[in-house]
Amino acid sequence: MPSTVFRPSPARVLARGLPEPRWRPGLVAQPFHSEIFAPADEASGAGLALALARDALTSSGEGRGEDDRQVLWVQDRAAIRQGGRPCLAGLSPELAHRLIHVAAATPEDALFALEEGLKCRDIACVIGEIAGNPRALSFTASRRLSLTAERHGVRLWLVRLDAQPDLSSARMRWQARSAPSAAPRWNPAAPGPASWQAELFRARAHAPGQWMLSDDAGTLRIRHDPDLDSAAAPDPRYLARPTVGRSLAARTHA
Amino acid sequence: MLLADARALCPELAAVPADPAGDLAALEKLALWAQRWGPWSALDPPDGLLVDVTGAAHLFGGEERLLGDVARAFAARGFTVRPALAPTAGAAWALSHYGRGAAILAPQDDPLRLLADLPVAALRLDDDVLTVLRRLGIKRLGELAGVSGAGDDPVQEAAARDALRRRFRNRHSPAANPLLRLDQLLGRVPEPLLPVIARAMPLVQRRLMEPLRHRALLDTVLADLAAAMVRELEARGEGARRLELALWRVDGEVLQRRIELAAATREAAHITRLFAARLDDVDAGFGIEMVQLRASWSEPLHLAQTDLDAAAEDHGTALAACIDRLTVRLGPKAVTRPVSRASHIPERAQGWQPPLAPVPASQQALAFHTRPLKLLDRPEPIAVLYASPDGIPQRFRWRGAVHEVVRVEGPERIAPEWWRERSTTRLRDYYRIEDEAGRRYWIYRLGIAGDGRGGVPDWFLQGLCA
Repeated sequence: MPSTVFRPSPARVLARGLPEPRWRPGLVAQPFHSEIFAPADEASGAGLALALARDALTSSGEGRGEDDRQVLWVQDRAAIRQGGRPCLAGLSPELAHRLIHVAAATPEDALFALEEGLKCRDIACVIGEIAGNPRALSFTASRRLSLTAERHGVRLWLVRLDAQPDLSSARMRWQARSAPSAAPRWNPAAPGPASWQAELFRARAHAPGQWMLSDDAGTLRIRHDPDLDSAAAPDPRYLARPTVGRSLAARTHA
Repeated sequence: MLLADARALCPELAAVPADPAGDLAALEKLALWAQRWGPWSALDPPDGLLVDVTGAAHLFGGEERLLGDVARAFAARGFTVRPALAPTAGAAWALSHYGRGAAILAPQDDPLRLLADLPVAALRLDDDVLTVLRRLGIKRLGELAGVSGAGDDPVQEAAARDALRRRFRNRHSPAANPLLRLDQLLGRVPEPLLPVIARAMPLVQRRLMEPLRHRALLDTVLADLAAAMVRELEARGEGARRLELALWRVDGEVLQRRIELAAATREAAHITRLFAARLDDVDAGFGIEMVQLRASWSEPLHLAQTDLDAAAEDHGTALAACIDRLTVRLGPKAVTRPVSRASHIPERAQGWQPPLAPVPASQQALAFHTRPLKLLDRPEPIAVLYASPDGIPQRFRWRGAVHEVVRVEGPERIAPEWWRERSTTRLRDYYRIEDEAGRRYWIYRLGIAGDGRGGVPDWFLQGLCA
């Protein structure tokens, strides 16, 4: 008979931290099971899930330094058909080399893969994509995922494509859709960095709210006003090089 | 004869119901008890015992004294016994059932001569075989074996054997073949016997230095006993179905507690918990000086790898174990890792390989090539409803919805790979677009007008940007 050492769930430990009434990126206490409802004909759900995952991993200190743990991305067949598979060249460089993709035939298999991934100690986080409201993804199934995630301390972001927000035990539930992006400085006619209109409609520790989020070179940020913000779009630093001594204008002013 | 008829004839008849199973159990116990005369014993149901006393007779002062000891021991327990001693089990059986009392067949004697007068039933044959032999006129062992009188005639003996062999050539069971039984009796063919072996009941006990008078101490002793019992059961590969706890009090009283389990178990905590509920009414009196736990009924219970699972429960599985579980259920093609391949065509620039295989070295993608987050498995055609003067769609229909293009970046021209494709393959001009709702896509035009490889170029949507 193995001795059972009582170990409190990490979720309960984290919940004892300072309560933050308003959600913002970079919170230390991050939930272990989140759901993101997104339309299937855009990649906003997966994009926001990855951005939130990176935000959680960096702010909770797990992803500090060289994090070589794998990221499991589980999709069921309907999600692959509607939304496609992850593209290696489009992923962020710190994620591209450690992604494991699971193409599950049915939602049941996808749930199995999600749970197995949550049980694994060598996995940084699990991203799931399940299309619609399958019968298998009941409240019991989501509760199972929540408990597994909290027990093993692996975070799960479950993207629900074209799904109705039914009963679920996810600790944070988002409604996401794409938002017009900020215009890049050097080509205002081109699409800018990824932006999402995200609505947090259920959370344990936070009040519900709505944000315009954008992925600013790998960091999740809140865009306060899209109209004002469009002028000050992210500007790659290496382009603004000082031109001391070479520029004719500098010479004239001197 | 019916019982009623028998009672009519003899009114003082005592009738006892037959209990074959009980008789067999008693015989088993008797066989174990009979091992006092030899190292092992075998059952001969319904009423016989075979004890191997090879090399053990001198311990009792000779064979006659051994048989006398047997007769005395059984008589002291109220049994009637017909002991006999012979070099083979068959000969001993024949002497015991049909010989004189306490007959001994010495090894130097010729068994056929001495046993020739016994009836053929002494060969342990089936009834129908005995009938056949009786009809043939063979009544004694000597007639069967072809030896009669004092004269020794090998020819006649061989003829008798041959006749027996031919007569019973289809009978392979020893009980149906007199020749086989005769050979067993003479020791010419081996006769395996099934020995009775005692299996000790798993039993653990603790003699206590000081008599126990408190419940907490008794619980400690019980947990200790349960752990010892679990070790005992584990060594035998069994689990307990019934457990009996006996508590010896100082005044000689023995308190018994018994639990029965629904399934064979070998869990110390479970056993302790079950007994703890039964110990509430124990009256310790002046103290309990000995505690004994025995498993009077145990069943085979294989070792289970509970530890491995428990470790996985506590600390999570390793990556390899996780991949194994996924692969076993979902198939090896379902669990993959994307790797880059040497190609310009987006769908060909990415391959899938087993997740734990080493990643092949590849050239880094160019940093100014912006790629979408997700690629559709198959590019989907879009219907351009209205195109701007430079040919870029302003409004297009995809999956039944109309998208108004607000921002465009492109083109990024990707030429066909002439070294692996046909010459009629058209080039692709990729555009990153954003529509009025902020949805970002990656679309391409297959070919350009007037390239001589087809008509008006089609538009496809291949990727979804984050």
